[in-house]
Amino acid sequence: MRYEVPETLDAAVGLLASESGVAKVFAGGTDVMVQLHLDLIEPDLIVDVKNIPEMREVVEEDGRWRFGAAVTGKELMDNSAFNAAWPGVMDGVRLIGSVQVRGRATVGGNLCNASPAADSVPPMIAADAIASVIGPNGRRDIPLADIVTGPGQTSLVEGEIVVSFKLPKRPANSGDAYLRFTPRTEMDIAVVGCGVNITLDDAGSCIAARVSLGAVAARPLLVEGAADALIGTKVNDDAMEALAGAASAACEPIDDKRGTIEYRTEVAGVLAQRAAAIALERAKS
Amino acid sequence: MAKKYVNTTINGDQHELLCDATQTLLDILRDELDMTGTKEGCGTGDCGACSVTMDGVLVCSCLVMGVEANGKSIETIEGMADGDDLHPLQQKFIDHIALQCGICTPGLLIASKALLSENPDPTEEEIRYWLAGNLCRCTGYHKVIEAVQDAAREMRGA
Repeated sequence: MRYEVPETLDAAVGLLASESGVAKVFAGGTDVMVQLHLDLIEPDLIVDVKNIPEMREVVEEDGRWRFGAAVTGKELMDNSAFNAAWPGVMDGVRLIGSVQVRGRATVGGNLCNASPAADSVPPMIAADAIASVIGPNGRRDIPLADIVTGPGQTSLVEGEIVVSFKLPKRPANSGDAYLRFTPRTEMDIAVVGCGVNITLDDAGSCIAARVSLGAVAARPLLVEGAADALIGTKVNDDAMEALAGAASAACEPIDDKRGTIEYRTEVAGVLAQRAAAIALERAKS
Repeated sequence: MAKKYVNTTINGDQHELLCDATQTLLDILRDELDMTGTKEGCGTGDCGACSVTMDGVLVCSCLVMGVEANGKSIETIEGMADGDDLHPLQQKFIDHIALQCGICTPGLLIASKALLSENPDPTEEEIRYWLAGNLCRCTGYHKVIEAVQDAAREMRGA
């Protein structure tokens, strides 16, 4: 197994393209190292992307945030301006692993590991984040909801790297939130996760919403029906009832040791309501 | 397999060694440098027994490649005491009997030290959340929390 630390995106793409065996992109390593330890993967080449400047930056330009796919959870947590701008995204990041894991783990890795239960992915989908991806065929932008296609599976083609994430400019009166349900409060995997992102007008009516669910299907879901339940309302009890119904209706979960199909479906509706209540509070403050 | 040259600083001392990519930082510490104070528990980042800091950031050394230590500054349990003078956290772990078998103790001490460097006056809840990635299967956590609180008081001079 070779280990390379390219300094540029072009060099990284070249390394991946010229490897005839199995190559792995390596950022925080909190999934790749576990897969190596358990002999789940046997790569011929590890490409450590942490020395590529664009993958390590967190920048704000005219209200639009962009952060590198290899920025660690801790680095995002330490960025108070980003926390203030996207508190729901940070709700998800803060729930990943332990302090030790967040010292290394990245949002790019959380996405590309492609677990349906990844905590940072639903709030990033709700935030309408765009991934900037580079590969042998050049550079392209992919909406976050279109990247994970199933457990461990993504729409990325061979040799592509997620470089950075772009978040849209936030209108006034916007708020986002992510909640997950787990039996333990820390070091656990979501039974259900839900991200909600809403914008209100000056009168307090919801004019835009995005709702995303994790751990209730083979991939994180963007639930347009749940967003539609909120848009045009004052996010009152009736809207919350419709939100819960739409969220539960979108679920296609599995039965496993963490929860049954019925349980996950019910909890998805409850979590959507609670996340929407937090997002609403943040939009008003 | 070609080995990579690694030049790293561990507890203030410079070390030069050759690593191959299959070795973790934990393997390097224990097997190459005979620094066996850092323990291997799970090997998958769940238990925190192998906690060290790398450039001041708390990490599980089992989830770091040895080659990544190149150019970095690592702090391990071996660097915590000053000669025979124990760090206040070490002394308080003894005073409060916050250990039994001791496998989790180096990791708990390193993690607690990292906490107090960021937050010299943590609440019980903050300590419990911070140490959630350090598993102990015999002492339980209560005495650990008391020891950290007591050490924090002493270190603040309160």
